[in-house]
Amino acid sequence: MTSAPRPTDVRPADGPVYDSARVEIPIVSEAMALWEYRHLVRELVARDVKVRYKRSVLGVAWTMLNPLLNMAALTVVFSVILRQDIVHFPVYFLGGMLFWNFFAQSTGHAASLSVDAAETTRRIYVPRSVFVVAAVGVGLVNLAFSLVPLALIVVVTRHPFHVTWLFLPVAVLLGAMFSTGVGLVVFTLASRFVDVRETYVTLLTPWLFLTPIVYTPSLVPEGYRWIVRWNPMTYLVEVFRAPIYDGWLPGWKTLSFAVVVAVVSLGLGWAFYASRIEEYGRGA
Amino acid sequence: MAPDAQTELPAIQLEGVSVRYRVPKEVVSSIKEYAIRKLRGRIEHDELVALRGVSVSVAPGDRIGVVGPNGAGKSTMMKVIARVCRPSEGRVVVRGRVAPLLQLGIGFHSELSGRENVVLQGTLLGRSRAEMETRLGEIAAFAEVEAFLDAPVRTYSTGMVARLAFATATDVDPDILLIDETLSVGDERFVTKCYERMAGFRDRGKTFFLVSHSLAEVEKSCHRAIWLLDGEVVADGEPMEVCERYREWARNGAVAPLPNPGTAAVSLAG
Repeated sequence: MTSAPRPTDVRPADGPVYDSARVEIPIVSEAMALWEYRHLVRELVARDVKVRYKRSVLGVAWTMLNPLLNMAALTVVFSVILRQDIVHFPVYFLGGMLFWNFFAQSTGHAASLSVDAAETTRRIYVPRSVFVVAAVGVGLVNLAFSLVPLALIVVVTRHPFHVTWLFLPVAVLLGAMFSTGVGLVVFTLASRFVDVRETYVTLLTPWLFLTPIVYTPSLVPEGYRWIVRWNPMTYLVEVFRAPIYDGWLPGWKTLSFAVVVAVVSLGLGWAFYASRIEEYGRGA
Repeated sequence: MAPDAQTELPAIQLEGVSVRYRVPKEVVSSIKEYAIRKLRGRIEHDELVALRGVSVSVAPGDRIGVVGPNGAGKSTMMKVIARVCRPSEGRVVVRGRVAPLLQLGIGFHSELSGRENVVLQGTLLGRSRAEMETRLGEIAAFAEVEAFLDAPVRTYSTGMVARLAFATATDVDPDILLIDETLSVGDERFVTKCYERMAGFRDRGKTFFLVSHSLAEVEKSCHRAIWLLDGEVVADGEPMEVCERYREWARNGAVAPLPNPGTAAVSLAG
């Protein structure tokens, strides 16, 4: 580029205007930014799904095989060794476990994506929440894939297909809201500290066992039921599993708890995320 | 300068912009350690100031070069304009579409094809998939990778990746270009092509904001230079003059007085 005089007939740009002094409420402005970048969410989901399934030949198959292997092992443990009496245990277990996997994978992936987000937003502006929503999006895709082995097991065990399956979108929506809320918190913390993902994943294991997935709530002794009762995942799992396993819609009490848990999680997660945006980008 | 240039709204406006951030005295990167220290009340912070009350107004069509030593605040200045970092104080206004040509290739994924990466890169820059798909042919042609568009990027050479990244980033019709000197785009022939495209932007009156250690580059391609030191603007004006004073400072470690009397020179402590 050679030195040339400044052009004289320059018109002011009529493009977007960014004004840092514009009074903004982060909770609202971040939501608007997320909506503006919704295309990016879709592309990030597509990227992660593609990469996952390109990298391994087993890709899709693994998503379906993994829960089946777990189910087979646990069926042996609980039905044969411990002689628990849950009818069609494989269906009961998978109904809860697939939902748990969706939650655990989405939130864990959100924590991993904080690295990606930091790298990207060091030089260009992108609302960081797109990464969390994309992580949940990837989880949803995997959940959809894993319904195949579930259906297979329902057929094999001769468990009836209930019309209540049609309720699943509601359960999945609540699960996605809850996961997004938790994901936002984990993601925000992981953007600041290096060991968040590892710590979080470690906490997931005891949390899983405190959730009625390999056992039914009624098997919990009265004195310990409060643990299950105070666990938000109990309600969300039940809302997802009841239509599959029991063939009825979740009771209004369970459902309203699940709705409250999902809404509160999303609200608090979003508020926490939005309260930290000022700090982003400062530093080397 | 056109007579109406005075009334024209600036493309970039920095009003008393300060950027401060807190750095913990000891690096606590573990959340467990942080929790323990927080409980004991043992976290102290230093405050680092990257920019101190910087005011700069850039008219559309201006080509500005920012010079200064490491740690002077050049990158931070770029960051507040790119909207990557919010000012702690002051106001930043940017009018128009910004194309950040900084660290090209960010977000390129080696397992994905060139095509997929271009679309992803475009959406990172705020464009839609449909928009990117119509532009794909031209981007690939400019980058000279048409034949490999469907191969995964991990099979590309470094030069191919750089070309594709440059072609994608400059494909937008930007109003403002933010350019980092580390912009490397491959072999000599492609560099010429890049310069041609840049010259095209220049002739169409795009605003350039260039951060560089190369004074020659600033003198050659800019008509205004800003010298930053310790987060403050030391000089702002004619590139030859500003760069000369900067060279002088680099040699003597003291800021030379301005040629026009009446304006105070900044003296360096220590």
